Amino acid sequence: MSMAKTLRRKLQDAFQPVVLEIEDDSHHHAGHAGWRPGGETHFRVRLRANAFEGVSRVARHRLVHDVLAQELQGAIHALELDLGGPHDR
Amino acid sequence: MLDEALKQRIDQEVAAQDVVLFMKGSPVFPQCGFSAAVVQVLGHMGVKFKGVNVLDDPSIRDGIKEYSSWPTIPQLYVKGEFVGGCDIIREMFETGELAEMLQTRGIEVQLDA
Repeated sequence: MSMAKTLRRKLQDAFQPVVLEIEDDSHHHAGHAGWRPGGETHFRVRLRANAFEGVSRVARHRLVHDVLAQELQGAIHALELDLGGPHDR
Repeated sequence: MLDEALKQRIDQEVAAQDVVLFMKGSPVFPQCGFSAAVVQVLGHMGVKFKGVNVLDDPSIRDGIKEYSSWPTIPQLYVKGEFVGGCDIIREMFETGELAEMLQTRGIEVQLDA
């Protein structure tokens, strides 16, 4: 399974989000630290879910870090997160 | 586990100045786009800060992730307290929360700098 699919499945299961956008941004980091041929190292995720409503920014990120702990320890070099409640822009 | 000696070293770094940024590279030569983005925000706000280059010290690089249970770098600390990584600092800058939080804690901000 591709990393993007793994991320999608794990985030979908954990948060049942109303918005889930995942972008493999690896090509923007070609040749930089952490990049590997074939990509799948740098991702951008936009997530809107009830779990983030009324939760601090740091706590929101930690919820996602926990779900993706395995990936963050290994394959993923960078993960940009844009997190919010279901009604946030 | 973070051993006591390493935790003490990180405590000292965190407390070295009011605003401390653990980053890849130095404030003058950041070696990662995310670290560079935070340096740019702080520079734009005229905030004095200390940059700690984690690439100079693998034990700090690994240790800081455990220290704040935060898996990525950069990490910004204000008055000893973890504030966030690149995404959070950018968001707080855009909404004005970052300037407000710094000023509330008595740190000089020059938004016209």
